[in-house]
Amino acid sequence: MDIALLSAMNAERAARRACVLITDTANGAQRLVKGADVASDALADVLDAALRSGKSGTVDVDGKSYFLTVQVPPVRLFVIGAVHASQALAPLARVAGFDMTVIDPRTAFATPERFADVTLLAEWPQDVLPGLKLDRYTGLACFTHDPKIDDPALELALAADCFYVGALGSRKTHARRVERLQAKGFTEEQIARIRAPIGLDIGAVSPAEIAVSVLAEIILSLRKKPLRAEKERAGAAIGASA
Amino acid sequence: MLATDEDILAKAEEWRKAGKGVAIATVTETWGSAPRPVGSHLVIDEDGLFLGSVSGGCVEGEVVTEALDVIGDGKSRTLEFGVADETAWRVGLSCGGRIKVYVEKVD
Repeated sequence: MDIALLSAMNAERAARRACVLITDTANGAQRLVKGADVASDALADVLDAALRSGKSGTVDVDGKSYFLTVQVPPVRLFVIGAVHASQALAPLARVAGFDMTVIDPRTAFATPERFADVTLLAEWPQDVLPGLKLDRYTGLACFTHDPKIDDPALELALAADCFYVGALGSRKTHARRVERLQAKGFTEEQIARIRAPIGLDIGAVSPAEIAVSVLAEIILSLRKKPLRAEKERAGAAIGASA
Repeated sequence: MLATDEDILAKAEEWRKAGKGVAIATVTETWGSAPRPVGSHLVIDEDGLFLGSVSGGCVEGEVVTEALDVIGDGKSRTLEFGVADETAWRVGLSCGGRIKVYVEKVD
């Protein structure tokens, strides 16, 4: 491996950016494709799939065999609201391998006693999230029901293109949220990325069940390509607003 | 986990830039119960110092020995370990799995 390739891989990892090192298994020839360049690469499809799975492995394309060394940043979750459902989500997220942080400025909720084994920040989201560098390997779920706390976090998550943005609340609550975001200039396409009502529809009732449904939805967003129908809807929305 | 947080590739870069001969070993295939997933790295310097892992400690010694040869002659090679391999009697995976490891020099 050329030291320049190794340096580039390390620089991408340090910056929390994805990349794939491609090694031709027949002759050992190597090249590095940065996450931002995947779409325009000749191997775009296999590289995209590799980045989604986050797994290294061998692929065969047009009779040639390549080993892909896949490097993606560790996935982080930010949960806004130190509420009962967040308490239930924390141990589930840890088992599933997510690095989870709970943020809530209300010190009565954000206590170490309620959140023993999870990073807890008793701060306003707009004060701490900018320093935490949200990106597409970050998921964010809002659990407070309080627009004062949830909205600033949602706005930052949408702007940062987080892979998952979810918000607890009824359809009515969400309709009002959509109006506020529209007033702030967010596009239909951006707003449509918010999962609300939050969680996969498994009929969840208790906080623990809600946590399971949210975690399942987070994994779905991380691992599966957007459904074609969703893409088409997004395309139609762009067309309609143009 | 999606990514390891081990910064072993950063260490490989650091060693190479300090003028050391360095090799990187990568698990490229696994069969059965293998202790480390495909993509796991072990980095080795010319003095046999190593960091990371390609197995649960079962075959690292052999990989390091081979890596010293790779650093010496600059030729990449693929190593295979497992119960089906006759070297299993000498160095094998007690878990019963098989792994393939690609070893390359950092130029």
